Amino acid sequence: MLLAKNISFQYPSGPSFQFPTITCGKNEKLLILGESGKGKTTLLHLLAGLLQPTSGEIIINEQNTSTMSGAALDKFRGKNIGIIFQTAHFVEALNIEDNLIMPQYLTGLKQDRNKAKELLTRLNIADKGKKRPSQLSVGEAQRAAIARAVINNPPVILADEPTSALDDKNAAEVIRLLEEQANATGAALIIVTHDQRLKDHFANQITL
Amino acid sequence: MNLIKISWANLRVKPLNTLLSIVLLAFGVGVISLLLLLEKQVTEKFDRNIKDIDFVLGAKGSPMQLILANVYHVDAPTGNIKVSDAQKVIKNPMVKEAIPLAYGDNYEKWRIVGTNFKYPAHYDAKVSEGRMFSAPFEATLGKRVADETGLKVGDKFTSMHGFDNQSNEEDAHHHDHPFVVVGILETNNSALDNLILTPVESVWLVHDHGDEEEHSSMENPAHGEPGHVHEEGDEHDHTGENPAHGEEGHVHVDGDEHDHEHAHDHEASQEMTAYLIKKRNPLAAMMLANVVRDTNMQLADPAIEMNRLSQNFGLGMDTLKAIAILIMILSFVSVFISLYNSLKERKYELALLRTMGGSRGTLFALIMQEGLLLVIIGFVTGTILSRIGLLALSSLLKENFQYEINDLSVSSSELVLLAVTLGVGVLASLLPALRALKMDISKTLSNA
Repeated sequence: MLLAKNISFQYPSGPSFQFPTITCGKNEKLLILGESGKGKTTLLHLLAGLLQPTSGEIIINEQNTSTMSGAALDKFRGKNIGIIFQTAHFVEALNIEDNLIMPQYLTGLKQDRNKAKELLTRLNIADKGKKRPSQLSVGEAQRAAIARAVINNPPVILADEPTSALDDKNAAEVIRLLEEQANATGAALIIVTHDQRLKDHFANQITL
Repeated sequence: MNLIKISWANLRVKPLNTLLSIVLLAFGVGVISLLLLLEKQVTEKFDRNIKDIDFVLGAKGSPMQLILANVYHVDAPTGNIKVSDAQKVIKNPMVKEAIPLAYGDNYEKWRIVGTNFKYPAHYDAKVSEGRMFSAPFEATLGKRVADETGLKVGDKFTSMHGFDNQSNEEDAHHHDHPFVVVGILETNNSALDNLILTPVESVWLVHDHGDEEEHSSMENPAHGEPGHVHEEGDEHDHTGENPAHGEEGHVHVDGDEHDHEHAHDHEASQEMTAYLIKKRNPLAAMMLANVVRDTNMQLADPAIEMNRLSQNFGLGMDTLKAIAILIMILSFVSVFISLYNSLKERKYELALLRTMGGSRGTLFALIMQEGLLLVIIGFVTGTILSRIGLLALSSLLKENFQYEINDLSVSSSELVLLAVTLGVGVLASLLPALRALKMDISKTLSNA
């Protein structure tokens, strides 16, 4: 599902990173561990197509994203990659339900309000649909972010430090839900983190 | 979900910023649009009243006052001139046509103007009910006069001396000679709408009586009845009661010895307030100016005077316009600042839209749209405000000058204003929108 071969990245007048080959297939889960400054976020941005590698290539869903650009890449990302960040952000002016529909709208897919409600129910925040993002707790917001990441059924889910802002209970819950959602669609799940609590959850690990 | 919904939600989430931009813009657009409407309609009204009148001949005094009083009927007349003097001018071959106007009294606040058929004919006035005046003390009412006084064909009314309609005291100001309404004009959109037209002779007769009657009315209590006049008693009866009289301008023409004598008596002293003159050729101005020189009369050119007026009054308009433009500039600055600030606050969520499939173009469109939404709402509100302002002004003008300005349609200059507003709105939104377009999402997301 995802293959990153010999990728490297050089920040303009900044540090450069060399990454090992990364592969993660359908229904597989991969944990990428690393200390600060090892380029975890850079790697995630490369995998997500938010940055283009200086060398090497990234194949997602049988397409080479390192050769894509512009609106085509944006749309491809919206359809094929669900991203979860350390802290959940939303369009503050819209309620949670409208925020969940956003990826459908932005990729030109059919807007399915029922699917948004269903996801919220599965993530145990069904009652938050009409709430503003600022009214949610950190844990609730992270769950809503998971719902938004998976609403387009992307074949790849990327999570950048999804648990580091959460306490143990919420962290465990978020990881459980992430796995559950990835299993539900058979997506490849890649988690980039320095959070040692996740170490024992995943068999597949890479340390930067 | 669509971009409009997102833009709208973003504007609503910052109601005060949004309101400030809209209020400023609405105010600027409202004032400019009101001025444009006023300018257009006042000019139209003015032009329609001037209609081919090249000069106004009247008593010396302010030429502008002469024009305002006799063309627009909104100022007091400058005084009267002798018909015998005026003949020297109006018989000049350079004069194609001269329409006599003799200011009479008032009925309520409406002016009674003595004239002849040429006057309504000049403005293409049409009679909607009854007929045009023909004999003394017959009156044809302008549409608004008829509407506001409720007078109908066949009704009688008595005039009041001078223009002070505040004084309702019976004595001294009332003339007892009744006028008979013989006709009502269609709406003419000119000063005619606000006038009571009657033959010149009625005005002369009323004035002659006036002087005498004011003495006698003190002494003779029975005087209050129509027709009861000392010297010209039978003539009154004619107009008031004899229907045959109404035809062919019967009075003052041959036949009645008494009238004849009367006319002769006053021939030398008969007075007119003004003549509206149409010239025969372009040289008329110089020629006629020579004739009028060294008399107590003057010739005023309505076009020149109105031009002078609108220049003075235009100065005020220009100042107002400058203030309104300043307010509009402020409003664009406000649109710019509020977009720019909200862009800074929303950088992260805009970057997020890119991770969910939105392109650079999506972000650009989103910001542009928010700016334009503000501008359009401001423009529409401003246009509505200008209409409300116009209606308020119109009722004020109506009360004070019997002038109505009520065309609320969109003028072509407003379309220009819309284009300019949209254009500047685009400029004000462009910089924030371009910043959104150029944003480095990876950097924005990592710095959060």
